[in-house]
Amino acid sequence: MIGLNLVYAVAGLFFAACALLGAADRRWANSLFHALLALSFFAGDAIGDLGNGVLVLALVATATSGRMRRGEPETPSEPHGPLLALALVIPAAALGGTLLFKRLPRLVDSQQATLVALTLGALVALVLGHWRLRAPPLAGVRTGRRLLDEIGWAAIMPQLLASLGAVFALAGVGDVVGGLVGGAIPAGSVLGAAIAYGLGMALFTIVMGNAFAAFPVMAAAVGMPLLVRQYGGDPAAVAAIGMLAGFCGTLLTPMAANFNIVPAALLELRDRYGVIRAQAATALPLLLFNVLLLWWVIR
Amino acid sequence: MLVLAGVAVIALGFLLRFNPLLVIVVAAAVTGLAAGLDPLAVLARFGHAFNQSRYVTAIYMVLPVIGLLERAGLQERARGLVGGLRGLTVGRLLAGYLLFRQLSAALGLNAVAGPAQTVRPLVAPMAEAAAARQRGVGGEQDGEPIRALAAATDNIGLFFGEDIFIAIGSILLMRGVLEGYGVRVEPFQLSVWAIPSAVAAFLVHGARLWWLDRRLKRRAR
Repeated sequence: MIGLNLVYAVAGLFFAACALLGAADRRWANSLFHALLALSFFAGDAIGDLGNGVLVLALVATATSGRMRRGEPETPSEPHGPLLALALVIPAAALGGTLLFKRLPRLVDSQQATLVALTLGALVALVLGHWRLRAPPLAGVRTGRRLLDEIGWAAIMPQLLASLGAVFALAGVGDVVGGLVGGAIPAGSVLGAAIAYGLGMALFTIVMGNAFAAFPVMAAAVGMPLLVRQYGGDPAAVAAIGMLAGFCGTLLTPMAANFNIVPAALLELRDRYGVIRAQAATALPLLLFNVLLLWWVIR
Repeated sequence: MLVLAGVAVIALGFLLRFNPLLVIVVAAAVTGLAAGLDPLAVLARFGHAFNQSRYVTAIYMVLPVIGLLERAGLQERARGLVGGLRGLTVGRLLAGYLLFRQLSAALGLNAVAGPAQTVRPLVAPMAEAAAARQRGVGGEQDGEPIRALAAATDNIGLFFGEDIFIAIGSILLMRGVLEGYGVRVEPFQLSVWAIPSAVAAFLVHGARLWWLDRRLKRRAR
């Protein structure tokens, strides 16, 4: 069955190509970084948990060695060819492929339909692009390598944060935070409980970088015992609005690196926290809205 | 309480602007030590989770396509698109993109857009071009805040659209957690409660974009 195996093989090939091109350009640290990433994508399931742990340490050591170089700037040529149409190939393939593959559960893992469609879309767009733009065979991979170097070590930050979340869970960090928040609520106050739950979701999400990690903790500490059982709130509303209060926290934290740090690198912002700054004035009023909505739903 | 030492390491490390990767690894080690866990077990758990979350990093395989198109002048072409639409302001452009992103995410089409797929090659250059036109010649021309706002708009549209779709991960997670308490809810009930916040997100962010247009207009005079 086609699923993550195809996605990881294609991504691994791209990272391996980046490693080879980097070595050819004598960018050794970048080359090593991409080679380790390629190893992770090709053989991650075969080298065991401890092997992966060592692999991560090697990646971090390479990234923090200070020897990785930024992508070299490149001046684009005058616009030529059907560029906008080509740019829409990937979104269109992701859309069409997702709808199609959901109907072919025997052929494609329906859990991964979108990622598989995106992968195939990227391959089709790459071939079409080289053909229509009459680009030299390695032009795409070469500029892709340059863009990946522009992102640099930030590329693996989302994955590292997911791993940190797993260690937090193993150590029971969530239970401690939940206990602290639960103990801070004045007895008998619906508004106090709604504030503790909504702010708790946002704050814990800011720490963890992920509302998914915060939700079970805050549901156990405040959501279920107080808002639902004691004050009779609708569990669906309490859950859904609490999750969205958490999403407001996601907009405010560098820990949500794939949303906040990687785009800053991708857009070549000088300020690493520029995207978060742009989001704050929307996230804070929305957080207030969600807390008030919770209170209104329960009261 | 001691296990919160890792959280303190994260907060301090980010504030003092150490390399985030190093901060994360140190935080994991400190948390493991504080909880009295075997260091090798912590490393194995760390490696396991890293391997399980590779799908986040797989998105970079679109970079060769984006790079190829940019090399042929895609950003310039996107900027030119703005030139043909006289009434298009940066506020209207981003509000339109916000609505598109919210609606497509509400239909479960998260990967149709994103920082790599749409913001860098299309939305950010268009927004910059529109803002530059509004500022007029001689205006301040730093495009960085506009690019950041384009990325912010993408995130806000995604976050406050996706929970309306009934098969998204967060809905499944909420359902699972509630089931653990013996409460059964249908995905539909959860997704309906995402609608008020989605509307509020559009209004709040839309108002900010409208203000941006006004500010640019006043300054250009």
